[in-house]
Amino acid sequence: MLDKYGIAKRIAQELQDGYYVNLGIGIPTLVANYIPEGVEVVLQSENGLLGMGPFPFEGEEDPDLINAGKQTITTAKGASFFDGATSFGMIRAGKVDLTVLGAMEVSDTGDIANWKIPGKMVKGMGGAMDLVASAKNIIVAMQHTNKAGESKLLPACTLPITGLHCVKKVVTELGVFDITERGFELREIAEDVTIDEVKAKTLGRLVVEGDIKTIRFSS
Amino acid sequence: MNKVVANAAEAIDDIHDGDVLMLGGFGLCGIPENCISALVAKGVKDLTCISNNAGVDDFGIGLLLNNRQVKKMISSYVGENEEFERQLLSGELEVELIPQGTLAERCRAAGSGIPAFYTPAGVGTEVAEGKETRVFNGKTYLMEHAFDAKFAIVKAWKGDTHGNLIYKDTARNFNPMMASAGKITIAEVEELLPAGELDPNQIHTPGIFVHRIFQGTNYEKRIEQRTVRDRK
Repeated sequence: MLDKYGIAKRIAQELQDGYYVNLGIGIPTLVANYIPEGVEVVLQSENGLLGMGPFPFEGEEDPDLINAGKQTITTAKGASFFDGATSFGMIRAGKVDLTVLGAMEVSDTGDIANWKIPGKMVKGMGGAMDLVASAKNIIVAMQHTNKAGESKLLPACTLPITGLHCVKKVVTELGVFDITERGFELREIAEDVTIDEVKAKTLGRLVVEGDIKTIRFSS
Repeated sequence: MNKVVANAAEAIDDIHDGDVLMLGGFGLCGIPENCISALVAKGVKDLTCISNNAGVDDFGIGLLLNNRQVKKMISSYVGENEEFERQLLSGELEVELIPQGTLAERCRAAGSGIPAFYTPAGVGTEVAEGKETRVFNGKTYLMEHAFDAKFAIVKAWKGDTHGNLIYKDTARNFNPMMASAGKITIAEVEELLPAGELDPNQIHTPGIFVHRIFQGTNYEKRIEQRTVRDRK
């Protein structure tokens, strides 16, 4: 089974040289720690930065320099700043190659819910609705089940929708799933996880066929 | 040409109960701290505030919320504020949550003479309820309207006496679009210079959009999430 670092590490393998990438809050943020050698990507932060660098050293935090999660950060070589309209302009125009988001629920048709739990949580959608409406490639990083042990990979989302038919791939602690017209297609499975466990924890349509690789990391 | 006012109190003197305000900033980054304090001191009520976030419990727009001065918030993300959540769930506060890119574009449209536009953000969600949709090239879009705000209050790094503004780093965020969108735009700056001292090539907001400007004081610039890495 993958921990959250393993999920991030596996998603990092999807990065290609020259990609512009937007990483959401939570597990997606961790993806930046595992960018493969020889691959140069530019991280977009939707509050107005291309070329997000690592956290600053202690004492060098700058309140004017934060990411979309409001964390203090630095700039990477070749960075640029811009306003929010320009930022979402590049997002809507499809310039961002890959978006990695967390989710509360994903449906087997690629719908995503991640912004609201009626009566309980009202934080808002932030930039998520703009991102999922326009991104060319969306990968969801999340736990396979919620705290009550219920599947988050569903036939249809039960929570308020963030976007329809947009998620292309889901990576959970159990494995890697492509979303196609047939549903969640299991492509890779985590070590020490059985197909039966994946089946038991997936409520949406699940396709298990062909060669299913076990996820292993070289280092 | 005289756009310079003495301080925040003078800049916001004609803001009254029930007015619609835009406030720049993302989280606590690039917020007009001086004007928020002046609004708290003045005690104007029933404000509608358009701002990406709603501050934290004891800073930023949170100060206006604690003082019960806000009737309605129009924002994209309002986490990190317990008092806000309490007022919302109890029905004291009206809230309109809208996608961040739509919020930005509704400001930009207002400052560009564009009454409405189409965006894919929110299609198929509760954001789309009651809104006109239209299909372009096989994809569905929602019609969204430009904002109509009487005042825009922004914070810049440097400004000059003609109202030209330069922002720093990610403190730019919503400030330029809001500056262009206000019927009356108030800018507070960390450094106010005589016209001619800023390089015209570097101006982010041309002075035509700014009606009042003043030299701000005592910036706290609070950090919401202090994240650092080891020196090793």
